Formats: sequence, structure tokens, C-alpha cells
Amino acid sequence: MTRMRELSLHILDIVTNSVEAEASRVILWIDESIAGNLLRIRVRDNGRGMTRAMIDRVTDPFVTTRTTRAVGMGLPLLQQAAASCGGRLEIESQPGRGTTLQATFAHNSLNRSPLGDIAATVVNLIIGAPEVHFVYGHRTDGGYFTFDSYWFYARMAERDCSQYMLVEPAQQWIQEKLVLIGSIG
Amino acid sequence: MKSLSDLRAIKDKAKKEMAAREQSAKFRIVIAMGTCGIAAGARSVMSAILDEINKRNVTQAVVTQTGCLGFCDQEPLVQVVQSDTGITTTYGKISAEIARKIVVDHVMGGQVVSSHVFSHE
Repeated sequence: MTRMRELSLHILDIVTNSVEAEASRVILWIDESIAGNLLRIRVRDNGRGMTRAMIDRVTDPFVTTRTTRAVGMGLPLLQQAAASCGGRLEIESQPGRGTTLQATFAHNSLNRSPLGDIAATVVNLIIGAPEVHFVYGHRTDGGYFTFDSYWFYARMAERDCSQYMLVEPAQQWIQEKLVLIGSIG
Repeated sequence: MKSLSDLRAIKDKAKKEMAAREQSAKFRIVIAMGTCGIAAGARSVMSAILDEINKRNVTQAVVTQTGCLGFCDQEPLVQVVQSDTGITTTYGKISAEIARKIVVDHVMGGQVVSSHVFSHE
């Protein structure tokens, strides 16, 4: 099976599912603990949601076919990535209420892809789906920070500029915070 | 500390600006962000487009994302939609470099980058 080179690409993928499911709010939490040997990615949205049967279907790579790919290979890939790192993928969902997805990984697993460029993932998501209120939180043993769509709104108002002029500053802001909390990724 | 109504006002102002840009934009650039697209490099393609738009101060375009377009073997895919005519040019197998060329030649210059056109309708 192919695999994503970065966990942040999986994140881009699953949050895109949330956007496609017409979520107006998406919350992404990343917990990174060396002490607890854990990397946990949690995405909660208020989109369409899924029934139990749909959840079973989207996590089964053999049932998904080309013509019926409402949600494609993304979740089986993530499930496989988590399982190969001593973790798992859990999905909780209610039709009409939204979906919460959690993927865990042993932080020190040799099979684990690095988190990668999470700043580019988050910023591209906010720019690409401006109708969604997006919240990103990241916690390590050394601290935490949050970043959300309001960061853009506030600076657009302040500087009277477009969101596109803020792409680089936003990425820098996130990268600085990641260093500050000692994220290893 | 800002109050909730301040925050709401800030958000409304930004949303209004985004909507105004959307209204007046000559082109909509759509990045296919399905699993297939992402695995093939759609994120760096999008980053290249955003960078070029900022660097060249392109005001006549908006950038959005969509899911799988059904042509997974052609990923990364980018569509350039002309707002007034609805003419949609779909570019396939593009790199960050070609993405920059699309912004400069097509969006700014009105010239389709023919080497990477997958469909044009």
C-alpha cells in the first residue's frame, strides 16, 4: 500500500473529508508526548456525519471502488499507518451531528512518518475552505498553543489586506510556536 | 481582550472582504485535494500558487480546494475557471513549477499553459 510521507498530509486529507461533508467548524488537536510515547491526532467536525455502516465502509479499502468513492482510500491508509505504529484509528459519528476521528501512533515507532509541514497543511486548509471555522491546537510535554481562522480575520481587518498576503506570516507564526513548545513532529 | 461582539465584527469584515474578492475575481483556481491529489503533491502545488499570487500581487483570482475529481492518474490536478464565461481549464500532472507558470501565463496573461492541459471546456 502506498503511504503518505507526512502525517500532516493525512491530516490535510481527513480535514478535506470534513469540508466535503459540509462542516462549518473543524477542530484539529495534535497531542505529542515523548514521556507518554504517544502521538495523537484528533479531528472533530460538525458535518453530515456517518452511520455505523458507512464508517465500516469508509475504513474498508476493498469495498471502496472508483465509481463510488464518496470517501476514498484516505481512511484505510490512515488506519494502516496507525496500526503499523502500534496505534489505531477510531471514528465516532452521528448522522446530522458530525464526526470525530482519532488516530494514535507510538511516538518512537520506526514505521511512523514524521508529522511534517503542519503549518502548510493548516494554512492551506484555511485558505482553501474559507467558509469553515478552523481551529488547530497542538500540545507537547512542553506546552501548547492554538491557532484558528480568527488569526486571519483579525489581521485582515488590522492590515486591510487579503488572506493571501497572510499565508507566509501565518506559517511562520505556527512554526515559531512549534519551536516554542518543543514539537518534534 | 476583545469582546465577543468585537470578534464577530472582525470576522464579518474579513468575510465581507473575501466575498467581495470572490465576486470580482476573474478566475477561480481550484486545487483537487482528494487522497490521490494529496499523495501526488497537491499541497506543494497549492503552496506554490499561493506564493505566486502573493508575490505578484494577483488580485483577480481566488483559490479554493475540492475533493477527488475522478481522474486520479492525472493528479495533481488544478482547475482554472473563468468567472464570466465558465470556461474551465483542467491541468493535470502539474508540479509546483508548472503551477507558478499557470498563475503567471494563464491567470495574469490570459494564455493557457498548453503543455499540461488535461481538458478545456
